[in-house]
Amino acid sequence: MTTLESTPPVTRPSRGKAARDRTSAIWLHVALIPLALLFLAPLWMMLVFATHPETAIFSPNPPLWFGGAFKENFDGLQADTNFIRALGNSTVISVAYTLLSMLLTSLAGFAFAKYNFPGRNILFGLILATLTIPTFVTIIPQFILVARDLKMSNTFQAVILPTLANTIGIFYMRQAFQTVPDDLLAAARIDGASEPRIFWQIALPVVRPALAALAILLFLASWNDYLWPLIVLTQKDSYTMPVALGTLVGLTRVSWGGIMVGTAIATVPFLALFLALQRHFVAGIAGGAVKD
Amino acid sequence: MTTVPPPAPPRRRPRVPLAPYLFILPYLLIFATFWAWPIVSSFLMSFKDSRLGAAAGYGLSNWQRLLTDEFFRTALKNTVIILVIQVPLMLSLATTLAVALNSRLLRARGLFRFAFFAPLVVGTVAYSAVFRLLFNGEFGIVNRALTGVGLPEVDWLNQPVPAMAVIILAMTWRWTGYNAIILLAGLQGIPEDVYEAAAIDGATPWQQFWKMTLPLLRPTLLFCLVLSVIGTLQLFTEPALITNSGPGNATMTLGTYLYQQGFRSFNFGYASAIAYAVAALAAIFSFAQLRLFGRDS
Repeated sequence: MTTLESTPPVTRPSRGKAARDRTSAIWLHVALIPLALLFLAPLWMMLVFATHPETAIFSPNPPLWFGGAFKENFDGLQADTNFIRALGNSTVISVAYTLLSMLLTSLAGFAFAKYNFPGRNILFGLILATLTIPTFVTIIPQFILVARDLKMSNTFQAVILPTLANTIGIFYMRQAFQTVPDDLLAAARIDGASEPRIFWQIALPVVRPALAALAILLFLASWNDYLWPLIVLTQKDSYTMPVALGTLVGLTRVSWGGIMVGTAIATVPFLALFLALQRHFVAGIAGGAVKD
Repeated sequence: MTTVPPPAPPRRRPRVPLAPYLFILPYLLIFATFWAWPIVSSFLMSFKDSRLGAAAGYGLSNWQRLLTDEFFRTALKNTVIILVIQVPLMLSLATTLAVALNSRLLRARGLFRFAFFAPLVVGTVAYSAVFRLLFNGEFGIVNRALTGVGLPEVDWLNQPVPAMAVIILAMTWRWTGYNAIILLAGLQGIPEDVYEAAAIDGATPWQQFWKMTLPLLRPTLLFCLVLSVIGTLQLFTEPALITNSGPGNATMTLGTYLYQQGFRSFNFGYASAIAYAVAALAAIFSFAQLRLFGRDS
């Protein structure tokens, strides 16, 4: 674009540029700091309200700093809905879903990326074609199948099985396995390694970073899923955490401090995880989106 | 399966017929049972009158009802209003944020990233509950803040327009950071020397943004746009929990109406027709966006 071929690659900023940069930087921060505070406010208020009794939350001067009613609120929540049980259900479901989905999508993604076999393009095209279909379209037949035909209502597998058909994971893992050098697999094959072994011991370790990013997204999606569990879980004992909280939100006589405790418990571990693994989160989201 | 292939040139793809099929099989079984078949089944069901006492057999009754059902029209109208306001609002904010977060002038980048990206780990139920509490008409902290600075209180959840505004604000809070991450990745794919060249040519930062950043970001923006539209067409949790589709049906969306028809009235046929209407809308919107904004892709 430029014709100034002789310009040295590193240009020392002139005095005028430095001054202009300083003004721009000030404006940037003046605009961004209030916006950042606004974005943090709902999370902050959730944490603060989780530690205050109802009377304080709804008082004319609501608190902005932590109080001492966390335990009281938690007990209220546990009385309104068996929250500990719901947390346990959510944990089992999310862990099982994440592991199973990682296994299924990496197996299939590996096959699509690294083998040439009759029917590959047709199968992959079929999966591709359904990618943009809204989940609404499948939810009613899924319900009939799971709840009526298979009689699996209120079980873990009812929540897990249909969600395992996630198409994004296939694309994600296929893309990841495409980065594995063919020579590496061929060398293992010459050494006499079986195909499952090549997958498990050669290819999978190479894509470990992608797998980690996928695991985070899968776990989070399962942990926060609401509509499907709401449909197949009808008994209180089988509720996941979002379903348990969701049933409380609409009620009139309910402890809002308790609900905030519930949302805080559901959220804080992931905020901490996000702080620790921001790179993986960002890589997962951006990696699923931006292709080549 | 584990037979050692005869000495073949190492660069050729291996000829192992069975292994890839076995690798795909578990996923394919799930895919066929819980995804592909339901897509077909739902379409068939939309032609079936599933109300109690209705004659068995196929017909167009659900589709005819869809055309005259005023609740469906309300749900459609509300969904489109949210779509048309929220998606452009969110994507402009996300683009601005991505550019700001990518700026070399920014200090404490990690803190800002955390502030804007943190909402994406918060579940829809959790943040819906929080927004419902914050925007409570009588006691909510938002109204406390408004009166604090001398503005009148708003009965947020009991009036149609404010109720809609709360849903749009909540969605924007939750999804802006998500889109900003995708856009940021797109921005980082633009080579630095493009900007250096433009700066040497005397382009102001404002010109650089409109004439270079935005056009180069177009494929990424298009991706965000298509995803956001499909997501918004399926909006369910926020209107279900923040406003309970109310007041009246002022915030009823295609999602909450489908849920009501499918899982409150158990009218599977009609709910399937609604679902396919959503799918058709998603397809039309996606196609239009690709035609309008995706010239070279």
